[in-house]
Amino acid sequence: MNWAPIWPWLIGQEHEALRITGVPTLLLEHLLYVAVPVVAAIVIALPIGLWVGHINKGGTLAINVSNAGRAIPSLGLILIAYIAFEGSLTPVFVTLIAMAVPPILTNTYVGVREVDPEIRDAAAGMGLSGWQILRRVEIPMAMPVIMAGIRTSAVQVVATATLAAFVGLGGLGRPIFTGLATSVQFNPDARTVVVVAVVLVAVFAIVVEQSLGVVERLVVPSGLRRLQEQQRSGAPVNADAGPAQQTEEQSTVTV
Amino acid sequence: MTMALLAQTGRPFPDWAWFNERNVGELRELLIEHIQLTGLALLLGLLIAIPLAVAAVRWRRVYSPLLAFTGVLFTVPSAALFILLLALLPQRPPFGLGIGTSLVGLTIYTLLILFRNTVAGLDSVPPEVTEAATAMGYTPGRRLVRVEFPLALPVIIAGVRIAAVTTIGLVTVTAFIGQGGLGRLFLSGFRTQYTMEIAVGLVLSIVLAVVVDLALVLSERRLTPWSQSRGAGT
Repeated sequence: MNWAPIWPWLIGQEHEALRITGVPTLLLEHLLYVAVPVVAAIVIALPIGLWVGHINKGGTLAINVSNAGRAIPSLGLILIAYIAFEGSLTPVFVTLIAMAVPPILTNTYVGVREVDPEIRDAAAGMGLSGWQILRRVEIPMAMPVIMAGIRTSAVQVVATATLAAFVGLGGLGRPIFTGLATSVQFNPDARTVVVVAVVLVAVFAIVVEQSLGVVERLVVPSGLRRLQEQQRSGAPVNADAGPAQQTEEQSTVTV
Repeated sequence: MTMALLAQTGRPFPDWAWFNERNVGELRELLIEHIQLTGLALLLGLLIAIPLAVAAVRWRRVYSPLLAFTGVLFTVPSAALFILLLALLPQRPPFGLGIGTSLVGLTIYTLLILFRNTVAGLDSVPPEVTEAATAMGYTPGRRLVRVEFPLALPVIIAGVRIAAVTTIGLVTVTAFIGQGGLGRLFLSGFRTQYTMEIAVGLVLSIVLAVVVDLALVLSERRLTPWSQSRGAGT
């Protein structure tokens, strides 16, 4: 290990031996690669999930999208997108969005679908229109599940963005792949850079996850929070009933 | 998209000529490697997760720390973890670019899912049943093996299914550290800028995931014949 070049690198200078951009820039890049796809995925998946859940049609499709998403190796998807579009990074970005959509879509659908039908009936009985039921009953009640989907999705994009550094995307994956290319096994400089970068990206993923947890606390109605805490203590992950239970955070890893 | 694929590679897409004898022979080897890595990682994962789960059910206090710990490991991006393991594990076989480094990483990723589901499975056994078994003279150890595990099996297998599909995808990433199964096609296709090779790897690894998932569904039905009526709808 060679720690001497690490300190200036951490505060923003280029790493001398390996010529890697300073850490603050890499952090900002990684944040961008996560924030933009996740926001784009929310814009795409949320309306579809809400609508499909509200009218209760196409549910099987919405659920299978997420199961299929798990089976697709994102490395292959990134490489094929990159080569097919002649080395442009735009399709790599599209891949990041595509990887972010399934958990949000499925969780939104399941969240809306799981609202107790009696509550929905009561709302209709009080004279609420379909739109009002969606806005004032279904969305607030589905919020914990939707937020869990967004958290899963964000963690997944952090990982996929790391992979995308292999084809030239910046971010914290950069030093990791540079380290690999400069024989991480034997070069002390490369080894130190990799160790530091992996710790950074791991901490980054955890911080993203936790800060979305804070957002969740803000957007979930307080009455639901107690219920949610009860459910969180040890519900199973089930491949069949699937999404209902996969909605707990961190049930998806990116490949 | 086809146009772009054509333009870049100068070869037709899909390029059926790719499936010549040599490549098909190699495919078989890659497929076997892929299945081996997946199977071994799941096996190791179960060997670690089941004792941990039994401990967590018996001593409730260790459950949350264990769940949090496996959860944190699960959050680490896969490429980062694999390359870190390559840097830090010993450089002699089976580590280095050998199978050991990949297996350690893959096993780590199975732990959260397998641990959580095994605990949930054991928790789902009705207390009346365990009490009845105790009254019939089962020792705790025998009760665990003969009564609690069989009843927990559907939930445990549900976990194995998710872990298997996830692992099949993750195996492709181990191509960076000398393994990779079908993932090797990704990197060699990338090096030669040949989309067909990547597409073959992509499609086959999805097919493998689907087939393994179905096989696990079938094995669940055979292993838990008493829950047939419940499982029939899946």
